Amino acid sequence: MENEKNHIIPYKTFLYVLAGLIALTLTSVTLTQISLGAMTVTIALIIAAVKSSFVLSIFMHLKFENKMFSRAVIGVILLLSAVIAITLLDYLNR
Amino acid sequence: MSRENNTVEPSYLDYKGKYKGIFSWILSTDHKRIAILYLFSLLAFFATGATLGLLMKLELIAPGKTIMTAQTYNAFFTLHGIIMIFAVVIPGLPAVFGNFLLPIMIGAKDVAFPRLNLLSWYFYVAGVTLVLISQFTGQGPPDTGWTFYAPYSFRTTGNMLPAVFGAFVLGFSSILTGLNFLVTIHRMRAPGMTWLKMPLFPWTLYATGWVQLLATPIIGITLLMIIAERTLHIGFFDPTLGGDPLLYQHLFWTYSHPAVYIMILPAMGAISEIIPTFCHKTIFGYKFIVASSIAIAFVGYFIWGHHMFTSGMSGTALYTFSLLTFLVAIPSAIKVFNWIATMYKGSIDLQTPFYWALGFLFVFMIGGFTGLILGSLATDIHLHNTHFVVSHFHFIVFGGTGFAFFGAMHYWYPKITGKMYDTRWANTGLIIFFAGFITLYGEMIFLGMKGMPRRYYDYDEVFHTGNIFSSLGAIVMYFGLAVIIINLIASLRNGAKAPSDPWGGKTLEWTIPSPPPVENFDEIPVITKGPYNYK
Repeated sequence: MENEKNHIIPYKTFLYVLAGLIALTLTSVTLTQISLGAMTVTIALIIAAVKSSFVLSIFMHLKFENKMFSRAVIGVILLLSAVIAITLLDYLNR
Repeated sequence: MSRENNTVEPSYLDYKGKYKGIFSWILSTDHKRIAILYLFSLLAFFATGATLGLLMKLELIAPGKTIMTAQTYNAFFTLHGIIMIFAVVIPGLPAVFGNFLLPIMIGAKDVAFPRLNLLSWYFYVAGVTLVLISQFTGQGPPDTGWTFYAPYSFRTTGNMLPAVFGAFVLGFSSILTGLNFLVTIHRMRAPGMTWLKMPLFPWTLYATGWVQLLATPIIGITLLMIIAERTLHIGFFDPTLGGDPLLYQHLFWTYSHPAVYIMILPAMGAISEIIPTFCHKTIFGYKFIVASSIAIAFVGYFIWGHHMFTSGMSGTALYTFSLLTFLVAIPSAIKVFNWIATMYKGSIDLQTPFYWALGFLFVFMIGGFTGLILGSLATDIHLHNTHFVVSHFHFIVFGGTGFAFFGAMHYWYPKITGKMYDTRWANTGLIIFFAGFITLYGEMIFLGMKGMPRRYYDYDEVFHTGNIFSSLGAIVMYFGLAVIIINLIASLRNGAKAPSDPWGGKTLEWTIPSPPPVENFDEIPVITKGPYNYK
């Protein structure tokens, strides 16, 4: 496509992100050994969300694409959040 | 724009491409040929599913063992459900009529990703093949029902893995079709076709595409979790491994309720095309119908819990899901009001597709009203595990989607095949089918209210008379289906040549020859008016 801009991300950035993802994975695994009660799932989800945002923005180039794609992804995240929130209406009130 | 393009290009049926014979079909990336591939495979699977359904009803014609054992009955309703849901009604209208007509109705030459489109069909066939393999290998066919409910689905000795993996592969087919349609609609509409000049069938395919794209991965992951649980003993759903069986139901229905809208939204789209054409009148409330399609797709994500009212959810969740369930009735009712308002003072031409549309309205309303009864917590407690739910479900899925599918088939048959069908046989088949349908499923409403459980192969003597009526209805309906399908097949050979616009339709497919040329349009049309311009 003529109008598309090509964004070349330096390898160094990829390596930093990879290191970050590995560190966060190790953190997740470590946290499973510690009893944090109800916060266990919350923290695990936060870490997973941070990892996903790295993958989406850097590896999948969302950071450099048309804003429409970012909005679409945000819409999907909101939808998924609503689905999880409604599911929790069951789990938190049993 | 000329009414009929005097094209010199051969029709898609006559086109001699790179491959010959069967390969000119199974290697074709033409959206019309892929639609025909879907049509014939879908009809074969439908015939299989319908025959299984008929055999089950014959088993139920009398208490006790009649023609099969209880285990065979369990296997039959499982296979009937998997085939009918995943291989017939979910792909049904989008894969067949969506594939054939979406590009034409928006003025495009093909879908955005033709090869991906063909790949979707291969996934579709592979998925059903895996499901069928599960019947004849391992330690017996699956017997869980199409819902694969945990914990039974990983404790049964039935051959679950190929069936579950087959459903997983079918999900991929659905995702790819949805993605293809979304991109096609966003990027390939003809010049001048703004969003609000797009016909209603593509609009419903658009709403459906989002549901296919966003909801189907959830069932994919869930089915993989079952496989992981059975093979690796990871405790997602098994309480003995620390899992939660209700989590499975949440995940399953988070997809499978929106899937009902994958089935019904394109059906509503087809009805929205048929009614204005045969009333020769602009559709009433176009913008409201568009908005209601989006609203149904959106609200449909949040009401899955009404399948779980008797499963043991918290009270808060029960009330919330009940309220949300009632909300989705509003956009559905808007559509029905608009269809009826379109008929008012219309110049109605009573042709076979219009009769199907009327039949759709009748059975869909019964399905809708029985749905409201089930959406109420108090009544659902009594009716949930009875024939009432089976009846409601078939009124919506077979009555809604099935009637619309056959309506669409009779409406677009001249365009797809280039032939007219025999109207007398078509109407006769419809009447027989309708009589059988109402007897079969109507009686099941009363059986359910009396307390006849679903998924039981035996029953108390008190339900015998009702089951005789219901089973006889099944035989009549099956006969009606045979008349309809034989008539359509015979008309391929004997039917008169179809003109480009036999019904007086106004959307773009009626401006090109029947059957359409390979690239649909000699020149991409420029759209200046709305799709239902009957003034």
